[in-house]
Amino acid sequence: MKFLVFIEQRDGKVRKASLEALSLARRLAGGPVAAVLAGQGVGGLVKDLGRHGAGVVYVADRAELALYSSQGYVGALDAAARKESPGAVLVAATSMGKDVAPRFAARHDSGVLADVMDLHLEGDRLVGSRPVYSGKARAEVDCGASPIQIATTRPNVFPAEAQEAAEPRVEALEPFEVSPRARVVRVEASETKEIDVAEADVIVSGGRGIKGPENWPMVRDLQEALGAALGASRAVVDAGWIDHQHQVGQTGKVVSPTLYVAAGISGAIQHLAGMGTSKVIVALNKDPEAPIFQVATYGIVGDIFQTVPELAKAVRAAKAE
Amino acid sequence: MNSLVAIAYVPDTESKIKVGPDGSSIDESDVKWIVSPYDEYGLEEALKIRESKGAGTVTVVSVGPERVKTGLRECLARGADDAVWVDTGETKNLDALGVSKALAAVAKAATFDFFWFGQKGVGPDESLVGPMTAELLGLPHVANVVHLDVGEGKVTASREIEGAHEIVECSLPAILTAQKGLNEPRYASLKGIMGAKKKPIAEKKLADLDVPEADPAAAKARWRKLSLPAPRQAVKLIPADDPAAAAKELVRLLREEAKVI
Ligand SMILES: Cc1cc2nc3c(=O)[nH]c(=O)nc-3n(C[C@H](O)[C@H](O)[C@H](O)COP(=O)(O)OP(=O)(O)OC[C@H]3O[C@@H](n4cnc5c(N)ncnc54)[C@H](O)[C@@H]3O)c2cc1C
Ligand SMILES: Nc1ncnc2c1ncn2[C@@H]1O[C@H](COP(=O)(O)O)[C@@H](O)[C@H]1O
Repeated sequence: MKFLVFIEQRDGKVRKASLEALSLARRLAGGPVAAVLAGQGVGGLVKDLGRHGAGVVYVADRAELALYSSQGYVGALDAAARKESPGAVLVAATSMGKDVAPRFAARHDSGVLADVMDLHLEGDRLVGSRPVYSGKARAEVDCGASPIQIATTRPNVFPAEAQEAAEPRVEALEPFEVSPRARVVRVEASETKEIDVAEADVIVSGGRGIKGPENWPMVRDLQEALGAALGASRAVVDAGWIDHQHQVGQTGKVVSPTLYVAAGISGAIQHLAGMGTSKVIVALNKDPEAPIFQVATYGIVGDIFQTVPELAKAVRAAKAE
Repeated sequence: MNSLVAIAYVPDTESKIKVGPDGSSIDESDVKWIVSPYDEYGLEEALKIRESKGAGTVTVVSVGPERVKTGLRECLARGADDAVWVDTGETKNLDALGVSKALAAVAKAATFDFFWFGQKGVGPDESLVGPMTAELLGLPHVANVVHLDVGEGKVTASREIEGAHEIVECSLPAILTAQKGLNEPRYASLKGIMGAKKKPIAEKKLADLDVPEADPAAAKARWRKLSLPAPRQAVKLIPADDPAAAAKELVRLLREEAKVI
């Protein structure tokens, strides 16, 4: 079956989550697949796409596509699909991918397997699986009668694999509508250029147990020692101790890092909904009855004002070895 | 300015989830239902726009079985003017495209500036219906809106993305999906609750709308199987009498056993 993968780039950099989707498509197809790339001055990115599984890259390189617009980027994906006639389309489930995939799907009278954590083929049928109801159940899903099978893949779950490969063939696209009625006029980056929790491989999160915003430096120190992103529970976001960008959970971000460290977080079901699929969970909490210990892999029952600084020290020492 | 607001009526996050007899959807017997939290932000913003302009209507719409009327009543109590219920009748587990087609059919019969959705419907968490409906209606959309300025025939919306906000200019009518941070939803007042009883809920039958997905054989996304996740292994607790030693031991386990750092 033919696969087409939507590639997300921002500021001339391909998102890792897109390389994960591309590698997955190559594995499922058993060989190189097609990719589509939209933006301005993005031609230089093609080679890296080749290493991750693209045999052909459809490039839409235009000034009007410098910043994201759903109409323009869906237009590019659509134009590529018209040339490639794929049986399946994969898109990373980032904020851009979640914006592009459903519009493209509706245009093709198709459904979407949203935010899957597993994807395989049964014959020519894509079968995905994903946690639902705050992680309390898992649904196995397929695309029913869809003419094109579309899936968005959760970041950080599928490996991005680079291999030496021939440079992909580059194809331009037929004209498509780019004068959008909704267009990004500017992007306001957060104060600091931090790794976003949704994409991070390691996350250190703080909850109400940190007592107050003046104690973030303690948590930050562990975060930096681990090279992690900073997460937070809703309680501390609602208290105004930190921006909502950092919130993990039902009404925050859903994350699947390799390592999730919860410091002073009780582990309410709505928090677990956001991080329950993490590979390894470390709970640091003084209350042995805290529900976080029910999902944790490792735990230390103790005062985080002692365990967190000690942990930062131990991580640094281990990394220095 | 007129708003439509799509309301998903979903299991309360505290509900215990059991697999139903069909093996592919939940057992609904003990479920408590709530208006999906993100839809509350959409409703609140629609009410605020109506109040600030001093004119216009707010219509809430839900697609589902009889019980969704309770959710619509709640929204009427909070201040919506009227409601539309699309009765799914015998149809169960309508997929996102099917819901979108039903909502698009309702929208086509209405005049509106805004059609609000939640950023995701809590439970299935798909984040599909808003953008799908926009495409079906040929309208622009902005998803994950955390701030909105309403202008003449257009809006400027701030949308949350990874580590940044995109500032989007969008012409009206438009579809917007609400993200946490947009506003603080109000509660229903007693007067609102009393008044809601008199507000109209128009009823439409899914069968009368052009929604092929109502037939399971034509569904574009299917839940084939629902299962409860295997319980995680019991936690390995590290004695904390000596915090420095505990930290060291934890780092050793993370390195040698879990191999994650
Ligand atoms: C609709 C809805 C959506 C929600 N969405 C989210 C969401 O997206 N994300 C989210 O996180 N929550 C969400 N919540 C809120 C959730 O129910 C909890 O209230 C919240 O997660 C609690 O945050 P917390 O663990 O930081 O605080 P608490 O529950 O107060 O827990 C603090 C923990 O810190 C521990 N502690 C205190 N001091 C120390 C110390 N010195 N050393 C060690 N441990 C200490 C305590 O033992 C306790 O376990 C939602 C709730 C609702 C109703
Ligand atoms: N059955 C439904 N009836 C009305 N609106 C819905 C329904 N399902 C989803 N929606 C709307 O679409 C949004 C996104 O839902 P979803 O795509 O399921 O994550 C929800 O927040 C609602 O605003």
